[in-house]
Amino acid sequence: MSVIRVEIEGAASRAEAIRREADEPHSELVRFGAEKPLRLDAGVDLSPFQIAYKTYGTLNAERSNAILVCHALTGDQYLIGEHPATGKPGWWETMVGPGKPIDTERFFVICPNVLGSCMGTTGPASKTAGGEPYGLSLPLVTIGDMVRAQAMLLDHLGIESLLCATGGSMGGMQALQWAASYPKRVFAALPIACAARHSAQNIAFHEVGRQAVMADPDWRNGRYLIEGTSPRRGLAVARMAAHITYLSDSALHRKFGRELQDRKALTFGFDADFQVESYLRHQGSIFVERFDANSYLYITRAMDYFDLAADYGGVLANAFRGAKTRICVVSFTSDWLFPTSDARQIVHALNAAGASVSFAEIVTDKGHDAFLLEEPELFEIVRGFLKAAARARGLKAKG
Amino acid sequence: MVAPETPPLPPMQFAPRIDLVVVAEMVAPGARVLDVGCGDGELLRLLAETRGVDGRGIEISREGVNYCVAKGLAVIQGDADVDLVDYPDDAFDYVILSQTLQATRHPRKVLEHMLRIGRYAVVSFPNFGHWRIRLQLLTRGRMPVTENLSQSWYETPNIHFCTIRDFVELVRQLNTKMERAVALNGRGRPVRLHAPWWFWNMFGEQAVFLLSRRV
Repeated sequence: MSVIRVEIEGAASRAEAIRREADEPHSELVRFGAEKPLRLDAGVDLSPFQIAYKTYGTLNAERSNAILVCHALTGDQYLIGEHPATGKPGWWETMVGPGKPIDTERFFVICPNVLGSCMGTTGPASKTAGGEPYGLSLPLVTIGDMVRAQAMLLDHLGIESLLCATGGSMGGMQALQWAASYPKRVFAALPIACAARHSAQNIAFHEVGRQAVMADPDWRNGRYLIEGTSPRRGLAVARMAAHITYLSDSALHRKFGRELQDRKALTFGFDADFQVESYLRHQGSIFVERFDANSYLYITRAMDYFDLAADYGGVLANAFRGAKTRICVVSFTSDWLFPTSDARQIVHALNAAGASVSFAEIVTDKGHDAFLLEEPELFEIVRGFLKAAARARGLKAKG
Repeated sequence: MVAPETPPLPPMQFAPRIDLVVVAEMVAPGARVLDVGCGDGELLRLLAETRGVDGRGIEISREGVNYCVAKGLAVIQGDADVDLVDYPDDAFDYVILSQTLQATRHPRKVLEHMLRIGRYAVVSFPNFGHWRIRLQLLTRGRMPVTENLSQSWYETPNIHFCTIRDFVELVRQLNTKMERAVALNGRGRPVRLHAPWWFWNMFGEQAVFLLSRRV
């Protein structure tokens, strides 16, 4: 009994620690007051608001070596090193660090928490001036809003233009939005495993996740933080469903097959007989400890609303017309969330706009999550692309 | 349109393939270049280093593409027969098809697209009219296999072989202007400049043409 109680208390205190991050993150923080509102696509101003961010490496004297890493749906600013709230390693340890493809000995890496998230940048879990969390009173945010907020962060940091904006999944959407919205502020962009618009299938998956959260009675119309509940079951189901889409049929088969979980025979019940069930339940339960349910609703919505062509008269090429930004698009063969056909659509538009574009499709069975995992070919491509961009920008070679 | 005079290549530390040198010599410094079927990017690198071009590539093999991108070249995965349609008119100064013409399904359409996308087209290809090839066909009665064309008929990607004379005839039909032409013999030396076509067709092992749109 006592062991279980300690575990529950541990989870509760972790949840409390995570909740504190929403307002007082461990990372760097910039607050924008009433004099600097953020004009949202929803048509209202957000003010005051704050951006939590981490930086790695050193900005050079010319301020020309900054790389913006944009995180995905449930990511955060903690790229590498131990996460202050979860104790887990950073989400892009494979890619970022000294000597890594995004080399922190050469580049100044900035990773902001996105608008709408819950790790210190203003989102539904953040407290309003009145002291209560926003909940659903926060206006909806878009990928464009996230990027506009990031541009304000760069202004604050005194960085006129980035060497590169990059990221996977929703991070890739932001990198594309950067290339479209601020072509003069991004020398290069490296969107990975993403699309220029969210597909009907992806909107459908997100809707299932949101409905699971909102069907949980503990969601309380988004007021759970005020009412002292937590829609854990709903959010866990949302995460379980989403997690399937991040993998692939063959990766699931390779990892789990039809293996049973800690048992020799089927139990003829609804307990987690199969390893894959146990795995998904585990993924769901650890997720609810570290993520805010309303943030999940807001950010999935931001992805659903993303349609870069729509902002440019329905012609994607117009989003990149006249852009000098060098762009490298990467996709993975087994990614069924953002299949290669989505990447090709971006590449066609970039070609039509006369932009400098590279495109590589990487063979892997790891599905959408491949961008987070050990993929040597991805590392070579990122390393080569950044090296060429740095050379073209006149950065000194690494000494 | 008269192709600009191009200076010889500067001295190099390495010895690139001779046909690539001939192609590179036809390209004006600082031009915008699309290399269709760029393989491992050797020509794009040569052009970047010796001509300072703004180069892009299309390559059909994934290994080739990923190798090029990792080398920092702007290369995309694509098929000359399918993907040239998507490029706007006049997007490039030069569109290059190096040792790739014979592997396309629709060589004529590919050439038309090249001359639409670029002001100039550079095309290099192996000459199927070379005397050694003729001799093999004549004496053995079998599809020729040579040092340059080393694969058997059933596994070669080269599905549309042509001779220099065939190509010249196609250029005429396309109402395209031939700006320059070089034929290389078996030792990689240019065939005599003022020789007649039949002589080139007999002794040129490969040929490089610079074409331009007739205005």
